[in-house]
Amino acid sequence: MYVAVKGGERAIANAHALLAKRGRGDTRLPRIEQAAVAGQLGVLVARVMSEGSLYDPELAARAILQAQGDALEAITLVRSYRTTLPRFGYTLPVNTAGLPPQRRISATFKDLPGGQQLGVTFDYTHRLFTDRDAEGPQTAPGGGAEPAMPRVTDLLGAGALIEPDHAAGAGDPEPGDLTREPTIFPMSRAERLQALARADEGFLLGLAYSTQRGYGGTHPFAGEIRVGEIEVEFEAPELGFAVPLGRVELTECQMINQFKGSADTPAQFTRGYGLAFGRSERKAMSMSMVDRALRAEEFGERIVAPAQDEEFVISHSDNVQATGFVEHLKLPHYVDFQAELGLVRRLRSEFQLRIDEMPEPVLTDLTDLAEARA
Amino acid sequence: MSTALHGYNIGYLDEQTKRMIRRALLKAVAIPGFQVPFASREVPMPRGWGTGGVQVTASIIGPEDVLKVIDQGADDTTNAVSIRSFFAAVTGVATTTRTDEASIIQTRHRIPETPLVEGQTIVYQVPSPEPLRFLEPRETETRRLHALADYGLMYVKLYEDIARYGHIATTYDYPVMVAGRYLMSPSPIPSFDNPKMHRSPALQLFGAGREKRIYAVPPYTDVESLGFEDHPFEPQHFDAPCAICGSTGVYLDEVITDDSGGSMFVCSDTDHCERAGSPLTDAESAGLKDAEAVSIEEVTA
Repeated sequence: MYVAVKGGERAIANAHALLAKRGRGDTRLPRIEQAAVAGQLGVLVARVMSEGSLYDPELAARAILQAQGDALEAITLVRSYRTTLPRFGYTLPVNTAGLPPQRRISATFKDLPGGQQLGVTFDYTHRLFTDRDAEGPQTAPGGGAEPAMPRVTDLLGAGALIEPDHAAGAGDPEPGDLTREPTIFPMSRAERLQALARADEGFLLGLAYSTQRGYGGTHPFAGEIRVGEIEVEFEAPELGFAVPLGRVELTECQMINQFKGSADTPAQFTRGYGLAFGRSERKAMSMSMVDRALRAEEFGERIVAPAQDEEFVISHSDNVQATGFVEHLKLPHYVDFQAELGLVRRLRSEFQLRIDEMPEPVLTDLTDLAEARA
Repeated sequence: MSTALHGYNIGYLDEQTKRMIRRALLKAVAIPGFQVPFASREVPMPRGWGTGGVQVTASIIGPEDVLKVIDQGADDTTNAVSIRSFFAAVTGVATTTRTDEASIIQTRHRIPETPLVEGQTIVYQVPSPEPLRFLEPRETETRRLHALADYGLMYVKLYEDIARYGHIATTYDYPVMVAGRYLMSPSPIPSFDNPKMHRSPALQLFGAGREKRIYAVPPYTDVESLGFEDHPFEPQHFDAPCAICGSTGVYLDEVITDDSGGSMFVCSDTDHCERAGSPLTDAESAGLKDAEAVSIEEVTA
């Protein structure tokens, strides 16, 4: 009936109550505490923080609980909260070369200053179900001063074998902020990196993978991946010096890519960059590969693959936008559908009229024909 | 009135954001039909569910305003209810379902049947602000086409419709030319509603949150639906009146009444339908009420 298709405030309220009930699960079991999520589901918390663009493990854990484990829903919650926060300033850039890594690996050099450090990783674990009780590492890390761990790209940069952080004469322009300024294509690389840092991990993973399978190849080597906590500093104008605000855990990936050279310039490796909150190695690696693929135009490469197409990648990488628009198809569309319904009916009746007006075709009775032959 | 939602600014958005959006709105009003990029914020609804309209409304609404929210013409569709209750919570302003009482009307997919008047503002929720998007997917390219007022693509598309079907086969989101300069998407309203935009005394604002664009049609601006001399624009019309209130010349929803092809046509604009009077008998009205009760129980079951 007519009114049956309309919603109602009671229906919404009841649906929300149902949602809360489902989310509670078995009431004989205790609720999962926010602190437990932050502590035991750290990788998921990192993803929600990265794609939610807000470093706050407790809030991310709360979002995950409220979203009943739906990562995109949790990310949306965090973003909707983040957007209401006033912006009182910008922190100083963090120097990741000074990032004391709890994990640091390079796939391009067997050994390098500072050494390789496996740290916390799923790599080389056997993916077998095991007892969950964890013990600490067998050997405690050696004491003494932390060795210096210069970035691999700086080591190569010293010999000019790799492109520098900034092209000569490019200076160090203020990066844009696409959460504050409108997005206009083509974007600067800094804006693109911001978009990629917020981008859906799965989408970036698929795009990065596509470049490994011939859709815009970039010949990547994992130059360096490091994970660790770093202090964030803020320079308050009234003070005139930087004060620490707190620590954030970061995953950084420096991808070393195919070299470029010409008659005028000697050959040099190119780079792709990835950075994400928390333990987010897959995201940081994918991001660095897509970043490099998107620099195709800069290097005069032919743009033939989706991963090289800035508008395609950036416009579709934000999962808050993507899931919202896909799921909005659940909203009523009966006004538009009615318009289409009317048109299809009209087209069909016009088609029928044309058929009816056509002269009768001369039909040949095939049985007669067969008999005549016989 | 004070905001009912603790910890949030009145109207949800912070004042800096409101100022940014108001600047975009001013520019949009100054260049009718031009899509102004703006730094769209996340709001507590998903993208594609009216986030652009919500940001525009949040930026213009004041304590004296009376807000009406419709979706598919109706005040009681779930998304309209949800957005209306959101603004009631974050602004504390009065809400209404009556078109003539509202100072701001946020809408998805319809323009009310009751003619809008001077002083009213209608805020459209826009999914795809770029009328050329499905003809040219690239933003850099469509921007250039707008700059050059090069709308040949759209005319070719309409011509191809005529060649294939005998007439233009676009029934909603029917492209319009604003003030003779910019091609504009009217949002997915049925083309039935397009003529209401032409020289409307109300201010028409359009917000596309996911696509980060705002545009506007100031009062009394020409809004011309595209057409050809021999194939002029032709809005939809309905043969039967509304089965509930008997109105003619209004947009109707088809409601399936049984599983053997039975259906009836009723007003899409619920406010109009209520006020146009119901010729239903008491028994029938009672039947409809029962049906409503059933539908709610089904949702909660």
